[in-house]
Amino acid sequence: MSAITGNKAVGVETIGMTMRFGAFTALADVSIKVRAGSFHALLGENGAGKSTLVKCMMGFYHPTAGDILVDGREVAIASPRDASALGLGMVYQHFTLVPSLTGAENLVISREKVPGVIDWRKERGDLAVFMDRMPFKLPLDVMVAELAAGEKQKLEIVKQLYLGRSFLVLDEPTSVLTPGEAQEVLGLVRAMTRAGDLTVLMISHKFHEVTAFADDVSVLRKGRLTGTGRVVDLDRKAMAAMMIGDQPIAALDSRAEPRPDAEIVLKVKALKAPDRTGLKSIRIEDLGVRSGEIVGIAGISGNGQKEFLEVLAGQRPRDAGEVMVRGSAYAATRAEARALNVRLIPEEPLKNACAPKMTVAENISFRTFDIDSNGKPVSWISAGAIKAFSARLVEQFKVKTASLASPIASLSGGNVQRAVLARELTGEVDLLIVSNPCFGLDFSAVAEIRARIMKARNAGAAVLLMSEDLDELLELSDRIFVMSDGALVYETPIAQASVQTIGEHMAGHH
Amino acid sequence: MDATDIGLWGVPLAILGGAIRVSTPFIFVSLGEAITERSGRINLGLEGTLVFGAMTAYAVAVMTNSPWPGLLAAAAAGLCFGLFHGWICKFSKVNDIAIGIALMLFGSGLAFFFGKPFIKPKAPNLPAIPFGAWSDIPQVQAALDVNVLFLIGAALSLVLWWAFRNTRAGLIVRVVGDSSDAARAMGLNPNRVRLLATGVGGALAGIGGAYLSLYYPGSWTERISSGQGLMAVALVIFARWNPLGCFAAALLFGGAGALGPALQSVGVTQGYYLFYAAPYILTLVIMIATSSPTRSLAGAPGELSITK
Repeated sequence: MSAITGNKAVGVETIGMTMRFGAFTALADVSIKVRAGSFHALLGENGAGKSTLVKCMMGFYHPTAGDILVDGREVAIASPRDASALGLGMVYQHFTLVPSLTGAENLVISREKVPGVIDWRKERGDLAVFMDRMPFKLPLDVMVAELAAGEKQKLEIVKQLYLGRSFLVLDEPTSVLTPGEAQEVLGLVRAMTRAGDLTVLMISHKFHEVTAFADDVSVLRKGRLTGTGRVVDLDRKAMAAMMIGDQPIAALDSRAEPRPDAEIVLKVKALKAPDRTGLKSIRIEDLGVRSGEIVGIAGISGNGQKEFLEVLAGQRPRDAGEVMVRGSAYAATRAEARALNVRLIPEEPLKNACAPKMTVAENISFRTFDIDSNGKPVSWISAGAIKAFSARLVEQFKVKTASLASPIASLSGGNVQRAVLARELTGEVDLLIVSNPCFGLDFSAVAEIRARIMKARNAGAAVLLMSEDLDELLELSDRIFVMSDGALVYETPIAQASVQTIGEHMAGHH
Repeated sequence: MDATDIGLWGVPLAILGGAIRVSTPFIFVSLGEAITERSGRINLGLEGTLVFGAMTAYAVAVMTNSPWPGLLAAAAAGLCFGLFHGWICKFSKVNDIAIGIALMLFGSGLAFFFGKPFIKPKAPNLPAIPFGAWSDIPQVQAALDVNVLFLIGAALSLVLWWAFRNTRAGLIVRVVGDSSDAARAMGLNPNRVRLLATGVGGALAGIGGAYLSLYYPGSWTERISSGQGLMAVALVIFARWNPLGCFAAALLFGGAGALGPALQSVGVTQGYYLFYAAPYILTLVIMIATSSPTRSLAGAPGELSITK
């Protein structure tokens, strides 16, 4: 018996795991061994079969072939219930906590047996005793919706331990955390594996996490196991080669030297706007973006970046302040955007920048369908011109689509993003506003999209890049701002940027 | 008994009495809708359920010569309507709002069809408790004549408020309403929970209907509801899905509904028709005042199709 949870870590092994969906083989003969009490990383690109594999282990899918051993014994896992009976649990990438319930309510209701009437006095007492043994300290009486992402992630893990799980799958657990929070959570989890309380299988695609925390690693590519072994025996290059094989990766343009005297394209002064709760407001005192530079805005989601973007996109009214593009006031009307060459790539492009059921060709032509080649409004829309224009862009930006007449919603995430980039980056671009452009995309799509953004910068566009991915900001930006609690709280040129300091400002510790 | 002239005091008194008398169907329908919406579905069909409940209660009360079997029959009919809504909505690509509108028309139509023979006969009424017996003034007596269903409704809103926090069933309904994914991860079946929640919501709306035909106004006509079921749905949003809020909002709406008749009774002869529209205007004003293009609705269940 261990000190922390009273559970004992179990080891899990898959043998010849195969999963077919119709003619498509998502997983082909994958055998991995997760030792009891180890921290095992599972690497792979989107669609490599990582989640298929863990869903088979958790009983969500029934594998076409293959066996699962728990502590060396063959077991049948027909449902998530069977998996939890064996002590296997999973922390999902999207939180499965119920936002409007408190932490305590979430824990109690997720238990197998809940009494009809809940005796909160007794439950609170039990929870306090349980939390005393946890390495995390959490407020349990606050609505989950009000917790920070890091606290939610900890609560998810605590919930699994509360339910008596001793084998945990963590699905990209740090994707929503600040670097500091990620360090803390993974460190605590690793301490529990070291103590023999827990076995962890972590899905990830961040090499630095894998090398810093994991004992073992397995790599999947296109449904096959391409490598496995001790982390200490592998370097990043070897792991990357296992992950992406020999496909070419778009290289970033080398950064053209920024000119400090370049024209300030976007100027935001004393901007004030209500946030989505209506209770607080965002305030941008002074922000300028020069031609030929990328200004990155870091921050944990929910600190006003989305509202700021919406103001710039004309989707949210502002209470005060001004937004100037090349010296003239900008209110994001279609005419202004066209005259000043302002382009916008919001996050979740399918939702925010496309009409999902309209065709790829129509979506690509949104900026240009109503003007002719001289920029004059047309009275008749030419289907032929739309088709020719979009065919050229689809070709140029390598959008993979069945046809130009397919609804854009039928494309994969990476191809929707390519189509939107094609639309926004074609023609003169003086100001480009981008938000989380690579969220949820795979390796090669990410590389290509970042390369396109860098190319636009080098061509003289002013780029405002909002991202929750700090690595992306560090790779692309010339200057980084941190947004916290609705305001820009910190600015640093890229040469002096430190992940540590940025993380502290993101967490609001200053 | 002679009507004592109490002058303009009659207006607040009538509003108080009206609030108690008129609010009861609002209380039941909105509590039912609160349960349904907390589980993540909207049932606009409660207007139809209300009318059908009113008809059923009246018909059964006439046939058995007692209001109680009528009340039970109305609840049972409401339950069936609710379960039907819940069952259809479990299929994919079915929109709960469209089904609700269909059921609203269906319920009213069916009630008119079966209800024709019962427009004439007189049914026994639900009992009321004369809390105003201490007073000599008939207006006070009338205002404080409180029907048992009002008291049950008040108690029910307290019980529901407690149950949403302190019982397994209450927490499960909230979980399902806020996040289907979380519910599935816990091994709950969201469709079954919503089916039952819609069923219970329907039964409560049926009881609301029984109150209409068996107490106030106390007879079965085809115009008996005049949109109260729909207003109750708006009221749930205004009350932020809180059962106690539903009760308070129902009183407010009931009081507004009594404004027109009260003014008429004190001799206002002009424009009182405008005050008959008070509940409808109140609905509009409240919806406008509590919504905003830049704010998301606080407290709304995450799975509700209007907030998604």
